[in-house]
Amino acid sequence: MMPPEPRSDGSAPTPPQLGLRESATFDRLAIHQIQRAARTGIYDIRGGGAKRRVPHFDDLLLLGASVSRYPLEGYRERCGTEVVLGTRFAKRPLELDIPVTIAGMSFGALSANAKEALGRGATASGTSTTTGDGGMTPEERLSSKTLVYQLLPSRYGMNPDDLRRADAIEIVVGQGAKPGGGGMLLGQKISDRVAQMRDLPRRIDQRSACRHPDWTGPDDLEIKIEELREITDWEKPIFVKIGASRTYYDVALAAKAGADVVVLDGMQGGTAATQDVFIEHVGIPLLAAIPQAVAALEELELHRTVQLVVSGGIRSGADVAKALALGADAVSVGTAALIALGDNAPELDAEYARIGSAAGYYDDWHEGLDPAGILTQDADLAARLDPVLGGRRLANYLRTVVLETQTLARACGKSHVHNLEPEDLVALTIEAAAMARVPLAGTNWIPGRNDL
Amino acid sequence: MSTANPTTRAEQVDLELQTLRECNASLHAAAGDPAAARSWRVLNPGGRHSIAAGIDAQLEVEIEGHVGYYCAGMNQHAAVRVRGNCGVGVAENIMSGSVVVEGNASQSAAATGRGGLVVVRGDAAARCAISLKGADVVVRGSIGHMGAFMAQRGRLVVCGDAGDALGDSLYEARLYVRGSVAGLGADCVEKELRDEHVIELRALLERAGIVDVDATSFRRYGSERRLYAFDVDDAIASASTPR
Ligand SMILES: Cc1cc2nc3c(=O)[nH]c(=O)nc-3n(C[C@H](O)[C@H](O)[C@H](O)COP(=O)(O)O)c2cc1C
Repeated sequence: MMPPEPRSDGSAPTPPQLGLRESATFDRLAIHQIQRAARTGIYDIRGGGAKRRVPHFDDLLLLGASVSRYPLEGYRERCGTEVVLGTRFAKRPLELDIPVTIAGMSFGALSANAKEALGRGATASGTSTTTGDGGMTPEERLSSKTLVYQLLPSRYGMNPDDLRRADAIEIVVGQGAKPGGGGMLLGQKISDRVAQMRDLPRRIDQRSACRHPDWTGPDDLEIKIEELREITDWEKPIFVKIGASRTYYDVALAAKAGADVVVLDGMQGGTAATQDVFIEHVGIPLLAAIPQAVAALEELELHRTVQLVVSGGIRSGADVAKALALGADAVSVGTAALIALGDNAPELDAEYARIGSAAGYYDDWHEGLDPAGILTQDADLAARLDPVLGGRRLANYLRTVVLETQTLARACGKSHVHNLEPEDLVALTIEAAAMARVPLAGTNWIPGRNDL
Repeated sequence: MSTANPTTRAEQVDLELQTLRECNASLHAAAGDPAAARSWRVLNPGGRHSIAAGIDAQLEVEIEGHVGYYCAGMNQHAAVRVRGNCGVGVAENIMSGSVVVEGNASQSAAATGRGGLVVVRGDAAARCAISLKGADVVVRGSIGHMGAFMAQRGRLVVCGDAGDALGDSLYEARLYVRGSVAGLGADCVEKELRDEHVIELRALLERAGIVDVDATSFRRYGSERRLYAFDVDDAIASASTPR
């Protein structure tokens, strides 16, 4: 007899003797979502990124060296990891030791302790961290050696003193989780401090703007970038962050508008709170977006002049190595950094159960009840996260990721992680081959480029 | 670089002779230099963008002509006067001080302004005072559509008319309009003009140097606060079953 099919949500399988059959179309998740909609009259809001499976770095493999190429000694030969961001126009580019940065996550979504922990971990690792949709906190400025300051459509907390205090400025046009959408922070997390920083009434359900208030389109963006450079006397690198959708055009226009760095966030990218329908159905996977971005920069002869930082589902050194091989200069992590701090820890399983979730699944980050004390503004919960220990855990995670990246780069014979190239990659699936523009493993075939 | 004018003791920057970068660098340098001139004139602005953006000092800056985008952006402490028209986003994110436009202003005037005063003697186009966060904005003429969109704090005074969708998704900013309003945006309603508001208006008009407008002739608009919280039902299945 066939063993009963395990359920996709991990719950007990249907007893086979009942002969029940789950619909592929109206599966239990779809049924639950309709029931939830009928009860509440409002869309589901959650944190995290797209949960559906999309072509990703797991669908690519690296070609290790052999006779035709020779590898580098794992522990002995140098494999550089440093990266400089903002070499195009800024007087003071960012010099980072590793090609992994911490993505923008707002104080508001995150507790002040969590922001501080991110700063500590990033600083210990020689990399940068980023503010978010809620302004710059003193905690994160003090704990971060290199801090990127976001200018978002909402402009919450935006001020020229912080612009001058920042090491780089990131104009956020969009996020991979929600290209075309604005931010959300629900009342439970609008504490006095958050409200004050954002000039909002306490406890309201904040939905921030999706478009910048004083510019629209690439021609305005160019002028906006110039203004920010003028205000900061041309010192700071200016990043432009986009969610992956019409990536080729958006990257070309951002570069033409004068960006020093383009930050490209794929659809798997995390968010603190967004409509589930938005997270799952808008944007394209990072794997498909990177080659478009690189092609746009190459056509403008700006690849490596305008640096490309990519994010959205980066977990390991394997992901980093593959992203760099496709042409990125660095990657950025959000969700993985939170997990390193202690998000979704199995030790907290009982507490997750109490709020209707489970370790490994918790994504109701907007409710402010995070037992790990990371995604909350509740003082008691936030006190659970020790910023020093959190920083150490993040630094450990980053060190591991970099070691993994170097391991793979050396296996491919590279003395710097930036020497990885598309030629080092093959794809496991036709979809991934077409999107990443690398051959299907064991063939020379790149779908859409040449014949099998 | 700059030539001192002995009669007015104003430092002059001529944008036909000097670059925008030189102009702004001089204005910024005054922040940390107590010996620097406090009074500046910018000649031949020629519609250039970002003139006098990012000043952080108690300067008086007079710009003699029309300017492009983001003039006096993020201003701190300075009193900037534009003797001409302004492009998009004049005094965007102003923190303090004042910016006076003698002509008309394009879109997004005083966008996200957090403090200080912005005065437009002529008309202001669409999205005036958009996302306002605490600054005061006084327009002698009329404003275009979507004025004070999502405005959070601060005050917008319009002596003329307001275009469509005034105060859409408004938070706690207070809006005063003397003329007609083509239409109110979502969650924006007319509210009673009480004595305290007339007092507030008088003070604002006075600060803006507007003496020929009667403070009692305005109407007040504000948020109905219906959009502050999501509308979430809790229809339990059994309770909604017909009996
Ligand atoms: C909790 C949380 C808060 C975020 N807040 C912001 C934000 O304020 N601004 C922004 O540009 N992106 C924000 N993001 C997106 C991240 O900057 C980044 O694009 C994303 O997390 C990358 O994908 P990953 O989570 O798979 O690493 C946030 C993400 C998370 C998980």
